[in-house]
Amino acid sequence: MTAPLGKPKKKDPVARTRLPTLPPASRSRTALGLARAAAEGRFEMQVCADCEAVQYPPREVCGDCLSERLDWRPVADGGHLVATTTLRHSNDLYFRERLPWRVGTVRMDAGPSVVAHVHEDCADDGRVRLALRLDRSGQAVLHALPPEDTPNMNDSPQLRASHCDPKHRRALVTDGRCALGRALAKALLDAGAATVFVGDPTTWKADAAFDAFVASDPRIEPVALDVTDTDSVDRLAASVGGKVEILVNTADHPRDGGVMTRRDVGVARDALDVNVLGLMRLAQAFGPAMGARAADGDNHAVAWVNVLSIHAVATLPGRGAWSASKAAALSLAQTLRAEFRASGIRVLNVFPGPIDDEWEQLTPPPKLAPSAVAKAIVRALQEGVEDLYVGEVAEELRARLRENHKAVERELGG
Amino acid sequence: MTRRLSYEGVAVAVPVTVPYERYSTHSAHWWLGRALAGLIRGAGIAKADIDGVCVSSFTLGPDTAVGLMQHLGMTPRWLDHIPMGGASGVVALRRAARAVQAGDAEVIACIAGDTNQVDSFRNTVSQFSRFAQDAVYPYGAGGPNASFALLTDYYMKQYGATREDFGKLCVAQRDNAMRNPHALMKKPLTLAQYLDARPITDPIHLFDCVMPCAGAEGYLVMSDERAAALGLPFARIRSTIERHNAFPEDPIQFRGGWAMDRDALYEHAGLAPADVDFVETYDDYPVINMLQFEDLGFCRKGEAPAFVREHRFTIDGSFPFNTSGGQLSVGQAGAAGGYLGFVQALRQLTHGAGDTQVKDARVGLVSGFGMINYDRGLCSGAALLERGTP
Repeated sequence: MTAPLGKPKKKDPVARTRLPTLPPASRSRTALGLARAAAEGRFEMQVCADCEAVQYPPREVCGDCLSERLDWRPVADGGHLVATTTLRHSNDLYFRERLPWRVGTVRMDAGPSVVAHVHEDCADDGRVRLALRLDRSGQAVLHALPPEDTPNMNDSPQLRASHCDPKHRRALVTDGRCALGRALAKALLDAGAATVFVGDPTTWKADAAFDAFVASDPRIEPVALDVTDTDSVDRLAASVGGKVEILVNTADHPRDGGVMTRRDVGVARDALDVNVLGLMRLAQAFGPAMGARAADGDNHAVAWVNVLSIHAVATLPGRGAWSASKAAALSLAQTLRAEFRASGIRVLNVFPGPIDDEWEQLTPPPKLAPSAVAKAIVRALQEGVEDLYVGEVAEELRARLRENHKAVERELGG
Repeated sequence: MTRRLSYEGVAVAVPVTVPYERYSTHSAHWWLGRALAGLIRGAGIAKADIDGVCVSSFTLGPDTAVGLMQHLGMTPRWLDHIPMGGASGVVALRRAARAVQAGDAEVIACIAGDTNQVDSFRNTVSQFSRFAQDAVYPYGAGGPNASFALLTDYYMKQYGATREDFGKLCVAQRDNAMRNPHALMKKPLTLAQYLDARPITDPIHLFDCVMPCAGAEGYLVMSDERAAALGLPFARIRSTIERHNAFPEDPIQFRGGWAMDRDALYEHAGLAPADVDFVETYDDYPVINMLQFEDLGFCRKGEAPAFVREHRFTIDGSFPFNTSGGQLSVGQAGAAGGYLGFVQALRQLTHGAGDTQVKDARVGLVSGFGMINYDRGLCSGAALLERGTP
């Protein structure tokens, strides 16, 4: 059984900080279909539309009947562990510093034999369940897991190389005054976070609810942070930037209004300042230090979370300027992902549907409780997902976009 | 099935080894060029007399056999490039023998060679194949150790092979290597040393692994008349087989393509396993030797551990085996590793094996195994050779 991950030792300030290395990242273009599934926590392989043969490794044509009609589909994730080995030597730098490392051959119920990372709780010659996860290079790899969850299984060194579990990590929630920010801080603490810095964008304004929340747990540290103020962002980075291992950007500026429905650009400018330039300021101030600490001990820096909206990909004309700011933030997030690639910091983009707060007063249900969104985000970190769609509205819009994006345009505009 | 033609009239001659080095500052072209020069010198012919060339190399890139011909100033009328790793020696023979029989070429030089620079091995394995890139390399082994560890783990569990069994083969091969001046391993190996070696990838330990090195091997294929006219001792080909991607339905490799073609091999040759005086297998890891004993008919599937316990495997012992010391003791010079056993068999059959000579060797079996493309070796081949008399 996996031993629980102990509290990391205090860092020796003189010792050299271990720099991030990455597992091998090159893949054929077709194999990136695995990354698409892993990015959202799905288990998919290519299935031949003509003969139903499941393909692995990914192919261009069916290995059985040579059909070119190979679809990525969910397949049965069960299998039998037919052989295992423990690497005690590797020519690869990344694995070399993580030895010993267990890998094995799994005969899948779906057909193929696959090479996978093998969890320490899997019995030799026993049943396993396979999961597709993103490794630190951002590419998909197969993990063989025990058929049923085991205690502390997420603490195994192998899974820790794929996920972004908040346990023992220090997180910064950039806006702790909003309901979602508070729910996130709580969910992170419930998941074992060591400290949550909660940003307070309006320190000059008394807020009894916020004060009570801060007092509710000694691991909460309120910090002044206004993402529209470069000095404020830089000051905070100078003070706690070397401790932030997970950054969750909850700062937002939700306001109604389209383009021609207003006579000024003030609301749009404010939304862009918070959602786009704010993200950029945070990235410039916190990103490099996080990247440099991406292999620094068991609680190394690991994830950057952008709370976007499903309207980043499906514009809501009634909130046109705000939708534009979320779309721009999504675009920036993809640049951030590219810039974090070398360090292995995961960028998790969250696309919730409407959240049940004061700004969605007139939105009909279903609306998401802030705590539900927070829990989904923490679960996504624990599973190492990089794109998270939360709630029925988000899921449905996404499905409809795939079906007919023109229909979505017309319907949301109605 | 169509009756296969015999290899009548074909001679294989002039075994050449360019002595191996652990690391080399030269490129593959240098090693292949030395092998070709060795063949010309050994045969006492002119460079232009060689009108066919067959090349195998992993580190020749960006060149292929074509670029190598200009590099070496050769003008062959027949050229082949065989990228089959450990099966290259046998497969080259198959191609060259038929070309000589058909009159497409008269004297064919089969050469294999690779350099080994400090980072060559990592470069070769990281770009080995698409399936390896997509589905093996990301799992940490950085080479074939893990793939063979998995096969070995399965084989041990399934058939009861022990580390002592593998060790016995490694120790016997090292004993043989002590008589081979080309072997890179110069010190004897005891079973205790084998068992105490550091683990690499369970259950594979240090002495289960070949040492990558630089080197080249070569031989000539021509008509027996030509060989006789040149006064060259030679071997005849009694039969050969090759197979690729055998048994894809097996969940993990526990048999190779030989098992599909073994009967055809012996039938075509008119020989039986008992007629074989010595065996040279492809031995990148000892478990593969066991697969070859079984699949080539020396014992039944699963009985190789018992077979190993029964025999000695040394040059003078029962079942002389990998008489040069094999790759495990001589070194693995890339694609030349697929020629090592073949060239040694040729030495045995031309009675030019020096201290490693098996007394009165008349019939030898050489087998090849190559290319772990994903989870298993895909290419297998074997040849039954006989001492030639003009």
